[in-house]
Amino acid sequence: MNQSDFLKVVLPFKDKVFRLAKRLLVSTEEAEDATQELLFKLWRSKEKIADYKNVEAFAMTMTKNYCYDRLKSKQASNLTLIHSNYKEKDTSLDKKMEYQDSVNQVHQLIEKLPEQQKIIIQLRDIEEYDFEEICKMVDMKPTAVRVALSRARKTIREELIKKHNYGVS
Amino acid sequence: MELANIEKLVEKYLNAATTLQEETTLKNYFTEGSVAPHLQEYAYMFNYFATAKDETYTKTIQLEPKKSKTRNFKWLSVAASVMLLFSVFIGKQEYERHQAKKQFEQISKGLRLLSSNLKKGQKAVTSLYTYEDTVKKILK
Repeated sequence: MNQSDFLKVVLPFKDKVFRLAKRLLVSTEEAEDATQELLFKLWRSKEKIADYKNVEAFAMTMTKNYCYDRLKSKQASNLTLIHSNYKEKDTSLDKKMEYQDSVNQVHQLIEKLPEQQKIIIQLRDIEEYDFEEICKMVDMKPTAVRVALSRARKTIREELIKKHNYGVS
Repeated sequence: MELANIEKLVEKYLNAATTLQEETTLKNYFTEGSVAPHLQEYAYMFNYFATAKDETYTKTIQLEPKKSKTRNFKWLSVAASVMLLFSVFIGKQEYERHQAKKQFEQISKGLRLLSSNLKKGQKAVTSLYTYEDTVKKILK
């Protein structure tokens, strides 16, 4: 497998890797480093990759594990990730500010979810993987994935409703 | 799609029982505007999901970084050990030279002492000769 073959395999999902890393590590720089590191790791084990049927799922699992490790080492060294450089890309300017605010709120709500739910909602609602793939990636049983996903969705919705009721009254 | 249907799907969605296809239907409904007010929060969610998917990794992918770095370190250690050997060698030479100089000084000091004492003896002997000479002169 040469470089161009490798890139052909990797390019379709590099953004997904990046987004998952960002979801877990919060900061863009960290996520970029993680993505780079992962692609490099994949490149080194390129001989093995050729045998894998689903490189993408394998890469996502690797991303998840790598980010967990990063987070652990962060906690060990007493560094907390503070989300400060978060900018959401504007969808369209004619949308009302308040509307945009609420959409951005979702980001913060997801951030508050437990890590496992974060990953699952990222994989399902944003990247739109089917359940079978998600189970492989996170190494969980289908029912557990469904429970986590349902919990995450409900939490987000309830928090959103709460926020808006505060706004009104 | 009519509202009743959407409501049913939303319920399923919350229980994580929807298929990907059904979720796409929901996504389309909620991102296209004109959302029923009691379902507004879903519009926020789905809009966020849609925008979150736009984010991309823009940096170029490097496949051979860091290798040179480790190699540098390897050569650095080689250079360091060579330097260490060299400096030990030079240091030893210098030390030996210093030692030799010290020895030389000691020996020459001893020899000087010896020679000065010999000179004293010689003087005494010469004075003895002159004494003998004068005695002979007087006796004649």
